[in-house]
Amino acid sequence: MEGSFDYLKTLPDEPGNLIRGLQLIQSREGYVSDDAVRAAGAYFHRTPVEVEGVLTFYTQFKRVKPGRFKIAVCDGTACHIKGSPLIQEWVRQAIGIGPGETDAEGRFSVESVACLGCCSLAPVMSINGRVYGKLDRRELNRILKEYKEK
Amino acid sequence: MNPRIQFFRIGVASCGVAAGAEEVRSRLEAAASVPVIGVGCIGHCYAEPLVEAVLDDGSSVFYANVKSDEKQIANLLELGDEHRFSIPEARKSKELIKVLALAGKVDPVDFDDYVRHGGYEGLKNALAMKPEEVVGEVKISGLRGRGGGGFPTGNKWGFLAAKKVPEKVIVCNADEGDPGAFMDRALMESVPHQVLEGMLIAAWATGATKLFIYCRAEYPMAIKHVSAAIEQIYAHKLNVFPDRTVEIIIKAGAGAFVCGEETALIASLEGLRGQPRFRPPFPTDSGYKGLPTMINNVETFGNVPLILREGGAAFASVGTEGSKGTKIFALAGDLKYPGLAEVPMGTTLREIVFDIGGADPAKVKAVQTGGPSGGCIPAELFDTPVDYDSLRTLGAIMGSGGMIVVGTDRCMVETARYFLDFTHRESCGKCTFCRVGTTRMFEILERITAGNGTEEDLALLEELGPKVKAGSLCGLGQTAPNPVLATLRFYRKEYEEHVREHRCRALQCNAFVDLFLDQSKCVKCKLCIKTCPVGAVGQDFTIDNTKCTRCNSCADVCPKKAISRVAKGTK
Repeated sequence: MEGSFDYLKTLPDEPGNLIRGLQLIQSREGYVSDDAVRAAGAYFHRTPVEVEGVLTFYTQFKRVKPGRFKIAVCDGTACHIKGSPLIQEWVRQAIGIGPGETDAEGRFSVESVACLGCCSLAPVMSINGRVYGKLDRRELNRILKEYKEK
Repeated sequence: MNPRIQFFRIGVASCGVAAGAEEVRSRLEAAASVPVIGVGCIGHCYAEPLVEAVLDDGSSVFYANVKSDEKQIANLLELGDEHRFSIPEARKSKELIKVLALAGKVDPVDFDDYVRHGGYEGLKNALAMKPEEVVGEVKISGLRGRGGGGFPTGNKWGFLAAKKVPEKVIVCNADEGDPGAFMDRALMESVPHQVLEGMLIAAWATGATKLFIYCRAEYPMAIKHVSAAIEQIYAHKLNVFPDRTVEIIIKAGAGAFVCGEETALIASLEGLRGQPRFRPPFPTDSGYKGLPTMINNVETFGNVPLILREGGAAFASVGTEGSKGTKIFALAGDLKYPGLAEVPMGTTLREIVFDIGGADPAKVKAVQTGGPSGGCIPAELFDTPVDYDSLRTLGAIMGSGGMIVVGTDRCMVETARYFLDFTHRESCGKCTFCRVGTTRMFEILERITAGNGTEEDLALLEELGPKVKAGSLCGLGQTAPNPVLATLRFYRKEYEEHVREHRCRALQCNAFVDLFLDQSKCVKCKLCIKTCPVGAVGQDFTIDNTKCTRCNSCADVCPKKAISRVAKGTK
């Protein structure tokens, strides 16, 4: 196996562990590259196309390298009712990209997620896992400005 | 002498942390001479960060919306009067907190704390009984699956127990996928041991050898707490039964709504695409790797220790004829007190939405139960008792317990469009009716909300809905049309306004809306001009609606609320 994915060996190589393996790769690399697909396939005894099939089925997996700051805008029911489409629009206005995209400098990437489970603070988004709730335009711009300066 | 503070509890579950509880905790720890214990969620999410000062006379003082500044920390230390919190009276009288009793009381990852509060007594009682007696006790309790289906739990346990094979599997379904529901997250974050105790009892009763917890990857804290609890169980050898040792494994899902379905979940556990398969064989006959497998929801397991502690008959004394015990609901949307509420089965929607949720009766249009698989129930029908059977007759479902309050200023067509947007993307693609049908239904709703809908579109929705339900293998497709059919049933008028009059009474659908700046309120601060991304606000403070994208930025920044949405063409 290619040296860079050696850490897969911490998991037993049974096919049932494929999803765990891919999660491990994503947590290390931030996304699942073509090389990673081949490496995972070889290790868990699956063909690359089977690995690709699993990858595309689950929304968690990214095939594109994400930015340094990963923005997840919640579009769960509660957030939607509280105006999450506007939050997405405002994020696009502030940093110029929408769900599924990474900006040219590799600084920000945006995704729309089903539910962060903080419905009572709707509308919410998270940046690198830190959740920001009760967003309005001003608060959103303040937060994004903070990250732009980092 | 005045009572003194013995220790503090602070809610540091996901909601609390998002509200800033970690900062409060570290400031409080630095300033206080007594212990500060991080606990789970007591369900009053609107009051986070929540701090409880436990006094040496046993009483408690609660503080809500605490910030981490010096003044407020000092206020806590001297038991000041600011930010004091008490549970609203109307809510207190309606709630019956049993399953969540220890949430927010115990340190989630402190084994001894859980045991001190009666933890693992249920397991002890179970181990003193014969397995079939435990199954019998659960049958007597009348507990039904809390994940949405409502299948009698005792019967399910009986099916697995009847299999005479050396290896059997139990799965805890913690893939709480429907947006708007967070009961399971709260349970796993706040009382992971209670859920695991329920699983161990089930293992003893059914002869299972392998226990899985299949948890959403979006719940990192739940995964962390459950993993820590599993390690403690191993350390205390609670997984070692007289005749066998049980293995407990936590697996993180990877984001697929359909994996809440039993057979899809099993496929996912096996490392495959999470597509459901035809039943029979039922999982209890052939599930994970062909072994008999039983799947219960997190909240179902959370109820089990209570049954074994107080007895099945006592458990069944709460609730209605067909639905026993309590149910946890996640309240969110247009209401004053979003959060978790636990009520006896049979409590009416009116009590939950108004008394507990504090919603304004004049501003509530409907409540959506069961997430994207459920239906909306209009405010006129709020006297309906909440139990499995009553909700089904209204075209809604109990679901896992998400309850979204929809205000009068929301468009029901747009709400239905939103749910179909979700389900058509989450359809796994196996059944044609679900894959294509939900997509077509979504496109029709897009058309209607964009102002291009026709009368025929409404008829087509009504025709497609039942066909998608009938032609789908699993719960996703069988329930996906529910939000559309329910809104068409109760709010047909709104659909008709969209297609006939090109009007959205909630002023939500952009195609039927203009933005209007009221000159009499305007103070010429130019914030709107600076904010508008497309230059639609002119220097004379009028809005050019041909340029405007209806993004609402101007209305949101206006300090005088001079900008509002109006029906298209309003002069």
